[in-house]
Amino acid sequence: MDKFTKIRAVAAPLPIINVDTDMIIPQNFLRTIERTGLGKHAFHNIRYHDDGTEREDFVLNRPAYRNAQILIAGENFGCGSSREHAPWALMDFGIRCVIAPSFADIFHGNCFKNGLLPIMLPQEIIDDLMKDAQNGANAVFTIDLENFEITRPDGEVVKFEIDTFRQHCLVNGLDEIGLTMEKDEKISEFEAKQKAQQPWLYN
Amino acid sequence: MTSPRTLYDKIWDSHVVEEQQSGNSLIYIDRHIIHEVTSPQAFEGLRMAGRSLRRKDTIIAVPDHNVPTTPDRATRIDSIESKNQLDALERNVKEFDVEYIPMLDVRQGIVHIVGPEQGFTLPGTTVVCGDSHTSTHGAFGALAFGIGTSEVEHAMATQTLILKRAKNLRIDVSGKLGIGVTPKDVALAIIGKIGTAGGTGHVIEFTGSTFENMSMEGRMTVCNMAIEGGARAGLVAPDEKTYEYVKGKPKAPKGGQFEMAVNYWNSLKTDPGAKYDKEVFIDAADIVPQVTWGTSPEDVLPITGNVPSPADAENADHKAAIERALNYMGLEAGTKLTDIKVDKVFIGSCTNSRIEDMRAVAEVAKGRKVSVKEALIVPGSGLVKRQAEEEGLDKIFIEAGFDWREPGCSMCLAMNADKLEPGERCASTSNRNFEGRQGPKSRTHLVSPAMAAAAAITGHLTDIREL
Ligand code: SF4
Repeated sequence: MDKFTKIRAVAAPLPIINVDTDMIIPQNFLRTIERTGLGKHAFHNIRYHDDGTEREDFVLNRPAYRNAQILIAGENFGCGSSREHAPWALMDFGIRCVIAPSFADIFHGNCFKNGLLPIMLPQEIIDDLMKDAQNGANAVFTIDLENFEITRPDGEVVKFEIDTFRQHCLVNGLDEIGLTMEKDEKISEFEAKQKAQQPWLYN
Repeated sequence: MTSPRTLYDKIWDSHVVEEQQSGNSLIYIDRHIIHEVTSPQAFEGLRMAGRSLRRKDTIIAVPDHNVPTTPDRATRIDSIESKNQLDALERNVKEFDVEYIPMLDVRQGIVHIVGPEQGFTLPGTTVVCGDSHTSTHGAFGALAFGIGTSEVEHAMATQTLILKRAKNLRIDVSGKLGIGVTPKDVALAIIGKIGTAGGTGHVIEFTGSTFENMSMEGRMTVCNMAIEGGARAGLVAPDEKTYEYVKGKPKAPKGGQFEMAVNYWNSLKTDPGAKYDKEVFIDAADIVPQVTWGTSPEDVLPITGNVPSPADAENADHKAAIERALNYMGLEAGTKLTDIKVDKVFIGSCTNSRIEDMRAVAEVAKGRKVSVKEALIVPGSGLVKRQAEEEGLDKIFIEAGFDWREPGCSMCLAMNADKLEPGERCASTSNRNFEGRQGPKSRTHLVSPAMAAAAAITGHLTDIREL
């Protein structure tokens, strides 16, 4: 997994609530058997016209935001389908961090598995960050995951909280499966106990 | 003595392999269902790391999202990518020796229909699938939730997931449902009340006499939509109805083991005095047939209502959301919902494609004629299809002008050839009305099976009670 320690990048404003994973990556592009290559399809239906040309009204098409690595969005970001293609598409586009008042649970979990950082902050703070983000190429933020800090374009520091295990994995780029496999003995113990109590689960 | 616990607490506690310092737990996974869209990258990950499946006896695989639903589906190829994905699943299940139900098997169908039908879904178990509507299986008192592909891989390799305990949300609906009011309307009314994020961070337990009196099919419809209320899982306490349904299913425990299992399952009910973090109470008598008007399942109203106006919004974000939705849906504020004309009708999906749903549609369709361009009925599995045909429902459908299809996800998410054309409006029994869900620029109104059938007949959204 990609490590995430610190980034300094432009933040794009996406002031929409309930951005669902169908919007982030429509069904047409789920027919892949790979994790990469989805960036060009991210937000497809609101990003392109029917003829494939870019829509000017979509924020990531505007020159100042083409290299944005941060998204500031409305509440309940990532709701809907469990498709991990959503964080894959965002990452492949170059987005490394999404900041919103709230996230849907499955999307939130999926982000951490892919080196994409979801930061939750109260609506009032999001409102301020959203205003910052509207400043085009001047909307440069620093996100420091080791110190749980966002530095706004004016230098003001905003603290955030993240589950410490997820933070540890992200900062060190750790493979969760590898970590869990080290618990093999405990898992076997659990299985032996469960098999004695609920043998029908082991037929 | 331990303090009183909820159904969720009990299932959770009985699956903790290890509590971790960070406040997360390593949770054991009993059942895992796999389909073609969210598994290829997980198998690839295992392969690259040289890992194997910890317990292949806990996994079944079935293709559903991409499969064609037309009679020629054995040879039909709509898209080479779909074909690749279906082929990849076949290759992977062979290589990793996973039990597989192929497309042409009578047991094939939508993952969330197949699990219960096969007795794979059992009370008190943890059930996962790379699909958010895994919440469906909660109808059996199983802790069932959707996971991403990385978690699919994690569960395959380790039989566990690293999770944080959720909060307990109780949604109690009591009383008798009115005429024409179905489990789908209950689910939509709940989402209308709590919002699409109302259950975020929670597991919902559905309690109350309305659920006690509901069939297993109905409970599945309600739990299916827990995720649209933001909750990763929904639960109904297992009872005699549950055991009756499970008994005799191919993978259900047999003989003495079944008795033993029932004893255990009976211990799972929420203890008297157990605390929920949040409780919502709804009187069944207050629920009328529901329909969505916008692009989020929370954009839902009684069919007797009118399209809302941005001016009614409680804040700027919601005002913008209503404006956006009206614009996308091509609707004017104030329009009577029953005046909205539809181009097509879709009856199917893991929400409403079980035998009861088929019967409800047949009841409306009988002796009437479809007046819309296209009205699809896609059974949830080959077994549902077979039963419907044994009951002669297919004749009623075909006679009325419905298109009776082979099982799959179909127009619920439009990954195969079943999709709406841009701008087309559809009354759907599925669970999501997101922008583009049923095809680019498609417009979806979520309704119950009976209401979808009624719309197919009249050509507009219809109050089933007035048909
Ligand atoms: S029927 Fe629809 S919601 Fe259900 S699993 Fe298939 S695509 Fe998902």
